[in-house]
Amino acid sequence: MAKLNMVQAINLALHEEMKRDPAVLVMGEDVGMDGGVFRVTEGLLDKFGSDRVIDTPLAESGIVGSAIGMAVSGLKPVAEIQFEGFSYMIIDQLAAHASRIRYRSRGMYHCPMVIRAPYGGGVRALEHHSEAVATFFIHIPGLKVVIPSSPYDAKGLLLSAIRDPDPVIFFEPKKLYRAFREEVPDGDYTVPLGAGKILTQGEDVTVISWGAMVNVCQEALEKVKEISVELIDLRTLSPLDDKIIIDSVKKTGRCVVVHEEPRTLGLGAEIIARINEKAFLYLEAPVKRVTGYDVPVPLPKLEDYYLPGAEKVADAIKETAGF
Amino acid sequence: MGVNVPRQKILDMSVDWLQILDPEGNVDISLEPALDNEMLKKFYRTMVLTRLYDEKAVKLQRQGRMLTYGSCLGQEASQIGSAFAMKPDDWFFPAFREHGVQIARGIPMKNLYIYWMGSEDANMELPPQNFTVAIPVATQVLHAVGAAWAAKLRKKNIASVVYFGDGATSEGDFHEGMNFAGVFKTPTVFICQNNQYAISLPREKQTASRTLAQKALAYGFEGIQVDGNDALAVYSATKAALDKAKSGGGPTMIECFTYRLAAHTTSDDPTKYRKKDEEEEWWKKDPIKRFRIYLEKKGLWNQDHEEKLQKEATAQIEKAVEEAEAYNPDFSNMFKYVYAQITPGLKEQMDELSGIIAKRKGS
Repeated sequence: MAKLNMVQAINLALHEEMKRDPAVLVMGEDVGMDGGVFRVTEGLLDKFGSDRVIDTPLAESGIVGSAIGMAVSGLKPVAEIQFEGFSYMIIDQLAAHASRIRYRSRGMYHCPMVIRAPYGGGVRALEHHSEAVATFFIHIPGLKVVIPSSPYDAKGLLLSAIRDPDPVIFFEPKKLYRAFREEVPDGDYTVPLGAGKILTQGEDVTVISWGAMVNVCQEALEKVKEISVELIDLRTLSPLDDKIIIDSVKKTGRCVVVHEEPRTLGLGAEIIARINEKAFLYLEAPVKRVTGYDVPVPLPKLEDYYLPGAEKVADAIKETAGF
Repeated sequence: MGVNVPRQKILDMSVDWLQILDPEGNVDISLEPALDNEMLKKFYRTMVLTRLYDEKAVKLQRQGRMLTYGSCLGQEASQIGSAFAMKPDDWFFPAFREHGVQIARGIPMKNLYIYWMGSEDANMELPPQNFTVAIPVATQVLHAVGAAWAAKLRKKNIASVVYFGDGATSEGDFHEGMNFAGVFKTPTVFICQNNQYAISLPREKQTASRTLAQKALAYGFEGIQVDGNDALAVYSATKAALDKAKSGGGPTMIECFTYRLAAHTTSDDPTKYRKKDEEEEWWKKDPIKRFRIYLEKKGLWNQDHEEKLQKEATAQIEKAVEEAEAYNPDFSNMFKYVYAQITPGLKEQMDELSGIIAKRKGS
């Protein structure tokens, strides 16, 4: 077992799954010869050839639309969108087609495909290269939305996503691509979609997050050692793991949701609604949100003001615990 | 074809190639545009200034003083030649590599550096008719068509010029823009800088078309391929296209056949996908070198001029960098420009952040 970072873990998952299942192929801009702009698809072209590792012309809608055609014809495309900021134009193909082919055809056709895209800020990038856009995709019925926060989960979740019979969009926190390494087993294992994970058991406050913000929450926990925090990484944003949220909030009675996406209609809003519906009488304090602001992600000179940081999360935990 | 039925040709189309100044600096006198000596020297000075600006930007990025940056090294003739064919009131829609056009159009270098150092505030001082950069590929093509269409509807005698690369010609927005321009006969000039690569993807894998210029023919208007390293050819083609556009002749697409001598951006490693000899071959076609020879042959340029220019340009760039690095945006700008009037919700968020900043300063 090797210690891998997230880029290496995803690369390993792709190698193993392409070897295991000849229907799997990788397509996108610069995924072949270049090995991907983040090197996530490095080595695949040499191993599997240009019929299965496809450098496409520069056209996001073209990539996703043709992947749909492949998926309904028995292939399992794993399509890459180079940056999340270029994913707005694939919403048409995903919302109008990929997500409803099973529904529209009443199960006659289905669309087993994965869209991979790096997302998120904190890497001092250009406009459209620092955005957290999951909210747009969570709102599409029939599409699953997955965001790993660790190399181990990245591999296991990606394998589940590729094997899932329905379309999945898989956002990779680029801030965490090379942030740390952990043990990632060779060979087959999966992490189930739709299941969150309790990272730290606790009694006083539930903190719910996903993706790059999980790391920020872990940092925050170091600042509030006097409070017993239960930290949950949702891992799949759609479908949402209600049970893990509700069970924890029933236990702690207090909750903070942390996300990088803009505040309004972010997944935090839905989580709070579900807590209201299913655990309202257990609450000891209002549920707090620490989120991005309702503005376009600013360029790096102001970006740190935009992104939730450990200090802000720690303050929210303290306020909620002391309410 | 397999199907043996009588057929007749119903369409015959062709694409022209234009070169006026060859890589050795020889000019085709029959095609030489009527530009006075001062203007010719201005072409050269601006190309050199652009190259020095660009080199400095790459250096600053390497030192962690700038964001990821897409160099325009090698594309100076495509940019300066076309920019000087435009009038100040013609619209300019850039992609993200048009530093030379921006400099030629009078956008202060200080502001260009401020933008690439990471602040939208740089755009507060954009001179009119110069649009903001477009990072998503080809989206600006449609905006340029709309701006030209507006000019036509409002009976203004201006045109719009939009820049994009070879990769952009694969995007839907490019085709939609070209089609609208053809249908509504908008005064738009489409400048495609074919620099042979979209990050790692070579031009021949981008499209099966023999030229990019021919795509215009499918949309019912003229497409021409020019030597993109020849500032005179780019100037002449752009000038003709603008004159045509303003006299009601509709759009033109100009494919500037050039080469990206640098990486796609400072984040890219071209050794992954192309050979050094290919780059060396293109260095022989350097747009600046051939223009200098041309000026020297005309007796307009010598070593003294060159040294003076290098010195002045370097000083100008150093000053711009110094001013840019001294600039610090106010955090409230991220809330103030979302809507014309800040909404109550955003005001609340701005006040929240203001409180946090004050608290941190105090502690």
